[in-house]
Amino acid sequence: MTGWDRFADSFFNARVMAQYLPKIIEGFWLTVVLALCIIAAGLALGLLLALLRAFGIRPLNWLIIFVVDLFRALPPLVIIVLLFFGLPNAGVELSGFVSAWLALTLVLMAFSEEIFWAGITSVPKGQWEAARSTGLGFVQTLTNVVLPQALRITIPPLTNRTIAITKGTALASVVAVPDILGAANAGVSFSFNPSPLTLGAIAYLVLFLPVVVLGRWIETRFAWKR
Amino acid sequence: MTTTPIVEARAIHKHFGHLHVLKGVDLRVAEKELVFLIGPSGSGKSTLLRCLNRLEDPSSGSVMVDGIDMLDARTDINKARQRIGMVFQSFNLYPHMTALGNVALALRKVQGMGKAEAEARAGKALDRVHLGDRADHYPLQLSGGQQQRVAIARAIALEPRVMLFDEPTSALDPELVGGVLAVMRELREDGMTMVVVSHEMGFAKAAADRVVFMADGMIVEEGNPADFFDAPKHERTRNFIRQIERH
Repeated sequence: MTGWDRFADSFFNARVMAQYLPKIIEGFWLTVVLALCIIAAGLALGLLLALLRAFGIRPLNWLIIFVVDLFRALPPLVIIVLLFFGLPNAGVELSGFVSAWLALTLVLMAFSEEIFWAGITSVPKGQWEAARSTGLGFVQTLTNVVLPQALRITIPPLTNRTIAITKGTALASVVAVPDILGAANAGVSFSFNPSPLTLGAIAYLVLFLPVVVLGRWIETRFAWKR
Repeated sequence: MTTTPIVEARAIHKHFGHLHVLKGVDLRVAEKELVFLIGPSGSGKSTLLRCLNRLEDPSSGSVMVDGIDMLDARTDINKARQRIGMVFQSFNLYPHMTALGNVALALRKVQGMGKAEAEARAGKALDRVHLGDRADHYPLQLSGGQQQRVAIARAIALEPRVMLFDEPTSALDPELVGGVLAVMRELREDGMTMVVVSHEMGFAKAAADRVVFMADGMIVEEGNPADFFDAPKHERTRNFIRQIERH
């Protein structure tokens, strides 16, 4: 066996790949569902916190900043493990899926809140003043004038962050969730061959490349009309 | 001026931290009057203007506009502001909306008009600033002068009782100033009450009823343009006019 044959047998073993493909596909769809749940909840909560922060209620803002900094500082894996292995001691049992979802949702919430907030504060003061001078109230100005502009600015950093955090779904395999990486790892253990990992990598590409391209499309779609 | 004033500001003081920007300013503006506020930068003229629609809260004093006490906590400030149009130095058009959308927004959200009615009113306001054919353009597709005229349309669409202009031509290239001043002159001819902060002395001489000169947060001198420019009483006023007319 030449070096190349050994390499091909280890990473592109057709027999092993065929055998574990169904499991990887199951893991793929589980990862898709997990990712969508994280994106929906994380971005919604992040936007909600940023909007609450815009009201400028001091004690509330301190609380928001504390929570946001907490979840930006903690490694996602630590949060997952704390939720999955720690909470049962407090009488709350979360499945691996829910632990991973909740942990990554909180992390995405924290980072996206900061991005949304940066977007809101980057809208010039003159926009607020112009809207308020025509009689629009605070909330009307926020929703009709400031937020549409803020969201446009936030799209590039937001897609980057969302992709980075959603890729963290791979961490769910640590708490026995059969996502793409979980299924691939199981395949490696049973077949003593790393080819399922190659399949897993391909599955991640199939999942995230379109998301990256979509992000680019959204950026151009929402650029200012000139 | 015997008519009751539309704008009556009394003993306005404004502090920004340790800075005492307005030191007891009185300003009365009669119906259909065009008052020009001039003065060196930092004299408080823009701050005074912004106190009139409460973009700034005066530290003390009183502001009445069209019979409404602007500083009373019971006053619905959003309602009151619809009677006071404001035009800004940097236009402040909403970049994500067309010219028509910019003008129609407050008509829909504040005055509760339906889309069709608001856009018809907005179209008429754009006609008044001679931009009816630019209704579908976004701000970045318009020149500075056109943007400022859209901003004027946004304000007059609400049919305000008084218009405040905060250095409306200062951010414009010289060749675009004329179009904006022409629109302001037409507004004046239609009987709009106007308070203008500006360095356009030619316009002040030609169109103003009264010129108010401010320095260091106080009104130094005021009078009709002819007297004011030809025979200023105070040394500071003379110096200021000399500096302005040098270029």
